[in-house]
Amino acid sequence: MIHVLLIIFLITLFYMSIANRLMTYIKVLSLQGVLLFFVVFLQLSEIDPINLSLILLETIIFKSLAVPLFLSYLLKRNHITREAEPFLPNFVSLVITTSIVVINLLIVTMIKDDHLDKIFFVVALSTLFFGLYLIATRRKIITHVMGYMVIENGVFVLSLAIGNEMPVLVNLGIMLDIFASVLILGIFMNKIGDVFKDIDVDQLSNLKDY
Amino acid sequence: MVILYLLGSFLLILSLFFSRSKYFVYGLLGVFLVLQCVFTMYAFQHGGNTEATYFTYDPLGLILLVTLTIVAIPAAIHSYIYIESHQESPRSRSIYLTALILLITSIGAAYLSNHIAVTWIFTEVTTLSASALIYHHRNKLALEGTWKYVFICAISITFIFIGILFLSLSLQHAGSDNLSYANLLQKSNELNPVWLQMAFLFIFTGFTAKLGLVPMFTAGIDAKDTAPAPAGALFSTVLMNLGFIGIFRFYLVIANTPLLHWAKLVVGTAAFLSLFVATVYMLKVKNIKRMFAYSGIEHMGLVMLGVVAGGIGYYAAILHVVLHAFVKSSLFFQYNQLYRVFQSKSIQHIGNYFKYNPTGAIVLLLGFFSSAAMPPSGLFVSEFLIFRSIFATGQIALLVAVLLLLTMIIWAFGKNIFQVLFVPTEHFEEREIPSTSGWESLTQYILLALAVYVGFNPPAALVEMIQHSVSLFPH
Repeated sequence: MIHVLLIIFLITLFYMSIANRLMTYIKVLSLQGVLLFFVVFLQLSEIDPINLSLILLETIIFKSLAVPLFLSYLLKRNHITREAEPFLPNFVSLVITTSIVVINLLIVTMIKDDHLDKIFFVVALSTLFFGLYLIATRRKIITHVMGYMVIENGVFVLSLAIGNEMPVLVNLGIMLDIFASVLILGIFMNKIGDVFKDIDVDQLSNLKDY
Repeated sequence: MVILYLLGSFLLILSLFFSRSKYFVYGLLGVFLVLQCVFTMYAFQHGGNTEATYFTYDPLGLILLVTLTIVAIPAAIHSYIYIESHQESPRSRSIYLTALILLITSIGAAYLSNHIAVTWIFTEVTTLSASALIYHHRNKLALEGTWKYVFICAISITFIFIGILFLSLSLQHAGSDNLSYANLLQKSNELNPVWLQMAFLFIFTGFTAKLGLVPMFTAGIDAKDTAPAPAGALFSTVLMNLGFIGIFRFYLVIANTPLLHWAKLVVGTAAFLSLFVATVYMLKVKNIKRMFAYSGIEHMGLVMLGVVAGGIGYYAAILHVVLHAFVKSSLFFQYNQLYRVFQSKSIQHIGNYFKYNPTGAIVLLLGFFSSAAMPPSGLFVSEFLIFRSIFATGQIALLVAVLLLLTMIIWAFGKNIFQVLFVPTEHFEEREIPSTSGWESLTQYILLALAVYVGFNPPAALVEMIQHSVSLFPH
């Protein structure tokens, strides 16, 4: 069951790579939060209940409700146009995403380690690199934020792989999640939207060497 | 004591954040400096002790903590001058000082932590406080710098976390789950090499955002450019040293495994590329603050080359980060006086500085000589030792390439500095130049003199501490 959920998680990445509207991105992020909720529920069976419920709360409330709601609020408040405006055509995007997944699959199968669940690593690393790819190829600043959220989800999956042995690291990961998201979204919320009206990365090129 | 220090700083931060009275705020800043000095002295006297499980007063941490305290005092003085000359609102003054104290405290705690996750947490805190400092001016440029800095640092902090996850996997093979540096060192032979390689790649990449090496150096440059100069001085010295200590402690672990040669290749490539990038930008940069920042990248590239070369290079690298902190901070402290005269960062609009403020001009001149590592600069000693260590490894081609790049850097740096000091500029119209008291340059002279003194006549305690901290490297 965990594997099914993780593979659905992987499929959401493909969907995201060809999605056109920002609202779709937000919905996918929310879906990823829900998927992570169930993965946590099934995977971390060995840790103590209080800690487990904390982690579950983080996935369901923070990842799949608070952040998506906040992002869609930002979209409305700053009147951001609904297209994601990728630099590359969707077909190329899909090919690149596929190759990211395949390369990670090859890398992970090369690792000889018996008592580890390799699907976790394939999904986590693919999500991580897909997030970086998303940041690099979308024009709007808010898609950078979404790319970062995707990266955080990937890191979260990675931390779940070893969560039973080291629950502390999962908690640290949650701390990172909340801290970085609040910092990034806070700056975005307060300032970027007000100062840069049509929020494109092209506008962030005033800091120069000459 | 470390708990007291953190608690005391926390209380000071809280009361600073909410107070608006001028004398009270500066009083609190003074109290913090006293606390910082007392803590440093206490740590120095209790070298080797472990407190609160996660903090050890080990030699390397102590050396950098002393450096931090020495740089923090002039940073506070210049922050005072900066705020008073800009007629800041009480609120922005409070936020600035709060962020400054938070930055210094978290850097200090990160130096002393003996556990990789604790170092990571305090690195996060430095990102938070640094972003508040970068955003101080609250204009479009500051916002752009802050956004870039926060975003790149968030990604690099995530990378460090991924590295820690891989490290814990690697450690599971050794049948342990204690991520303290001492335990990692002890178990270094049993770590799983594949996971360790992944961990090193991610942790190294993550810390380069603080250290200022390729690939994550860009955010730091923008930060040093847009932040007020006293904060920029901290970013380009003690915050870079935080990146150094993060990489160095983990490199020490990996140096005791069969992966040493591979790690040398990774770090060496990044260091050489940083030197190359620094050269390219130094040749075309026209913004004097960014030029200082790129010069920092060059120095950190040299430091990491020293670490990679090994032998005397370990010693030289640590000496170099200390001396670089003194020299580079003095250049940044001087910058505000320069700006007050010319009201511009662009070298095209600055010229003939000797005419307007000879005391400050001499600081720039001496700072240039020191930074270019010409004798009698203290950096000459450490750079010479780094070159010697590279020579000892037999990498003559690398040495020649590095020296060529350095020649270009010194030429570009010198050309720009001499333009600033001696060549009259057409764009500058003579007006009422605000007079600058020579006393404002005093701290810079002290720092530069300290760099010379420590370089040529290092105190026995310092030499002993550096040797102790590199004694765990395989010979």
